[in-house]
Amino acid sequence: MLYVILVFAPLVGAIVAGLFGRQIGDRGAQIVTCGLMGLSALFSVIAIFSTVGAEPFRVPLFTWMNVATFEVDWALRIDALSGVMMFVVSFISFFIHVYSVGYMSHDKSIPRFMSYLSLFTFAMLMLVTSDNLIQLFFGWEGVGVASYLLIGFWYTKPSACAAAIKAFLVNRVGDVGLMLGIAVCYLLFDSVQYDVIFAGAAAMADATVVVFGGEFHALTVVGILLFIGAMGKSAQLGLHTWLPDAMEGPTPVSALIHAATMVTAGVFLVARFSPVYEYAPVALAMVAFIGASTAIFAATIGLTQFDIKRVIAYSTCSQLGYMFFACGVGAYSAGIFHLYTHAFFKALLFLGAGSVIHAMSDEQDMRKMGGIWRKIPVTYAMMWIGTLALVGFPFTAGFYSKDAILEAAWASTNSFHLYAFWLGITAAVLTAFYSGRLIFMTFHGPCRADEHVQSHIHESPKVMTIPLGVLAAGALLAGFFGYGMIAEDGSWWAGAIFSHPDNTVLHDLHYVPLWVKLSPIVAMAVGLGLSYLFYMRMTEMPGRVASALKPLHTFFYNKWYFDELYDRIFVRPAKALGLGLWRGGDQAIIDRFGPDGVAAAALATARRASRLQTGFVYHYAFAMLIGVAFLVSWYMMVGRG
Amino acid sequence: MTEALPAFDIVPALPEVFLLLAGMALLVVGAMRDKDASRVVTPLAALALLVAALFVIGADKTADPIFSGHFVFDSFAAFLKVVILAGSAVSIVLAQGYLEDQELDRFEFPLLILFSSLGMCMMVSANSFLALYMALELQSLPLYVLAAFNRDQLRSTEAGLKYFVLGALASGMLLYGCSLVYGFTGTILFDDLGAMLLGTENGTLELGIGALVGLVFIAAGLAFKLSAVPFHMWAPDVYEGAPTPVTAFFAAAPKVAAVGLTLRVLMQPFGPVAGEWQQIIVFIAIASMLLGAFAAIRQTNIKRLLAYSGIGHIGFALVGLAAGTERGIYGVLIYMTIYLVMTLGTFTVVLMMRRQGRYIETIDDLAGLSSTRPLMAAAMAIFMFSLAGIPPLAGFFGKLYVFMAAVEAGLTPLAVLGVLASVVGAYYYLRIVKLMYFDEPAEAFDRQGRLELQAICAVSAVLVLGFILIPGPLLATAQAAAAALMP
Repeated sequence: MLYVILVFAPLVGAIVAGLFGRQIGDRGAQIVTCGLMGLSALFSVIAIFSTVGAEPFRVPLFTWMNVATFEVDWALRIDALSGVMMFVVSFISFFIHVYSVGYMSHDKSIPRFMSYLSLFTFAMLMLVTSDNLIQLFFGWEGVGVASYLLIGFWYTKPSACAAAIKAFLVNRVGDVGLMLGIAVCYLLFDSVQYDVIFAGAAAMADATVVVFGGEFHALTVVGILLFIGAMGKSAQLGLHTWLPDAMEGPTPVSALIHAATMVTAGVFLVARFSPVYEYAPVALAMVAFIGASTAIFAATIGLTQFDIKRVIAYSTCSQLGYMFFACGVGAYSAGIFHLYTHAFFKALLFLGAGSVIHAMSDEQDMRKMGGIWRKIPVTYAMMWIGTLALVGFPFTAGFYSKDAILEAAWASTNSFHLYAFWLGITAAVLTAFYSGRLIFMTFHGPCRADEHVQSHIHESPKVMTIPLGVLAAGALLAGFFGYGMIAEDGSWWAGAIFSHPDNTVLHDLHYVPLWVKLSPIVAMAVGLGLSYLFYMRMTEMPGRVASALKPLHTFFYNKWYFDELYDRIFVRPAKALGLGLWRGGDQAIIDRFGPDGVAAAALATARRASRLQTGFVYHYAFAMLIGVAFLVSWYMMVGRG
Repeated sequence: MTEALPAFDIVPALPEVFLLLAGMALLVVGAMRDKDASRVVTPLAALALLVAALFVIGADKTADPIFSGHFVFDSFAAFLKVVILAGSAVSIVLAQGYLEDQELDRFEFPLLILFSSLGMCMMVSANSFLALYMALELQSLPLYVLAAFNRDQLRSTEAGLKYFVLGALASGMLLYGCSLVYGFTGTILFDDLGAMLLGTENGTLELGIGALVGLVFIAAGLAFKLSAVPFHMWAPDVYEGAPTPVTAFFAAAPKVAAVGLTLRVLMQPFGPVAGEWQQIIVFIAIASMLLGAFAAIRQTNIKRLLAYSGIGHIGFALVGLAAGTERGIYGVLIYMTIYLVMTLGTFTVVLMMRRQGRYIETIDDLAGLSSTRPLMAAAMAIFMFSLAGIPPLAGFFGKLYVFMAAVEAGLTPLAVLGVLASVVGAYYYLRIVKLMYFDEPAEAFDRQGRLELQAICAVSAVLVLGFILIPGPLLATAQAAAAALMP
């Protein structure tokens, strides 16, 4: 019952605020959604304590579909993994709900916003507690819809609409992979239930499927297809282009959906399917490779961006890469650990950035900020905490999880483990650098905003700063509390995450050489130090380096030209094809001969038919006689054979 | 069968006898009164029709043919007589307001309708070619006069004259057909002819070529009364030219009577040779449906539009006849009943289209009716949707039954054509709805003071709307009527 309330309370909030927002008013919608969300968050705290180390169980709700052998139930799967996820989702979502009360206070459609946020939370909870793949897909698409609605929340802004559509479409590409993955699962296991699939995975280790005439290792196919789905949702290299654009949405949305929860659904999926991935080393190698590449790729772009939210967005993308390569090298629990800590400090950073934007009268360009730390000290402190956690400053949350990931990468036997390790270290340097750059450019140095904006700089209200404080506490302490997740014996998970007996990475990561253990700290120090030099001491350096490495800088600044590339390869040909089919196929052929043609023919017939009516009696009589003559001749000639 | 009591068993013809006597009496009454003749005669005439209908309902429907086999009274005749009498009574009531406004309120008007109704009742009871012709002429002559009733107006007299000339031609054809059939078969009694065709040796249902030509001529004469293509040309001109209440009457009861007569002639004497006449009916049905659909599109006068609509609807009804089965007859009977209600309802709305005391009849005058007269617009919309055959209104079921019968009889292409024609037809019905609901309002109509119009309009709308809820009584009676016609 606790879990049912936990999952469905946000849905009730969404329905009430969404359908009756006009009746209960702005304040009412805020109270209802925040109240129900608070209930859910409270239960999620209970949930995490009662699920850790406990045996998995399921809470059946009711039967959904039952077609021959295809059986799908609505049920909640409660184990340590879904417990952690429920905690992350509900807890952070609650504080973001509260923050939104302040952040969106000037907006015209508050009930709609609150309703969408709650709807998203419900879908996300449905996703993480799913008991089968179809239910997972329901949650998966549900968060997709909510994300679409929230990115396009300010629907009068063309760029927001475009970003929403882009996010939706790019996700569809990934969804195709996910759907095919589900289909292959059903083909192999004759079920979409997790229990059945996980129990049968070992037996299927040598099975093959025939795809396009070639024979492939079945679990590898499943793994890769599911990972393609995960790549879309989690913005991995290739399908990442929607995430930076998604920053068009209100900042709480970016914090909740595009940093803390939804984008981590892919990581969750890979971890959830650890029993399958463990028997699909090729798929794991691909996960590690893509993850590591994304980590470095997004970090390089983050170095050059000026929009404060975009920097954090690329940072998110990069951190998701970390989580994926952690899973790829077999340390699923390290990936989930990072997911959990990251949720706190990245939400904090986004909300902090939102607070800055709020203070700067909706200015997002860091070039027009600077020197404001004295005016908004609370936000400043919070941003520092978030940054330290992100770069992995010792004993903050990120320190534990990032270390664990890099150590796992070193210790693993995955074919890409060194690739992942070295790129991970490099990305850590870059992370520290762009994080420092963000702090120094935003808060220090001379203020570059105009007079009008400067006079308005103010600290955010309590309703916004208190959630910041809570998240900051989480960013500092979450690592400490969650350290058990990567314990050697895996007792925290109680079987929720599966490791093959040969996979000893959780054990090995605790016994790596000292320099490996120290390297993340060194990387952090180097990165932060360089950014301090560049942006505080020698402020002409960034420009000089940029011009010295002009081609590289331009390449990074333009996001590796991914958008342009996709525009050339997919968007324009698709548009051309669509235009051709529309003009040539639809308008010129179907419309012309179909509806328009028939309508024109009908009109012409009508004109002719009414012209028959001359008004002369002898014409009429003649028509009658012709009719009789015709009928008689018909019988004479044809009718009687 | 008639040997036992050859003399004057007039009980089955009691409704007709009553109508005749009532008509005569009212004629005398009308002639005696001076000023308010029409005010007295009109309600009495309507009442007489309703009383006759009660006679019909109460009568024994299993009697043998009387008058030496020329006149038959069965469930089929009874069903149609009730519909006809009710339709005529409503037409009389509808007319009064218009006639008073136009200073046409002469007492002959209701009486002409009454005598015409008498003819119609005899039509559906006719059991020989002689009775058929006599009844048809008794029905037609008052109609010619009614068409020209507004004799000071050119359009009306022209309509009457056209109708008369063409009607005479059609009568001639019919009579010629009858004589051919008589000449080749030697009988004018339907029962004898049917028995003769049924009893043809070796089961080969052979109809001589001469008699077949006669059948074609009879069919042509009947098609004229039905205003089916290509014998329809009179309809638009007469509908437009005649005074509106007359048009309403034309569109309602006489059509039902003509359909009844056609059904009886084709199903009873010529029933055994259904394969022969089916081709005529299929041709006429298709031609009527298509012309009704296409020609109406460009009409601007609502009466003219309804004329084409009526042509199309006859086409649809004939689809059921073309099937030639009991289900088909059943479908036709339901169709015509529903058609009568929809048409009378529509004409009441047309009769309410009055601006500063003048009656108007162009479609554009209906623009924006929903904002000036919402109830009237709603009623009109119901009739239009029903005429277009959109579920769940009654008009849909009429079409459903005839198309179903056609499909069951293996005439699927005909049913498909019918559906396509009704799609085209839907265009002009829905255009009226669009005009009423989405266009800028034209000048408002006069407040309608006449209660009877509003009542008829409301009752028709309720019937059309409510048919789906209580279809039972109509379906059951129609079932019995259709069964009576089958051998």
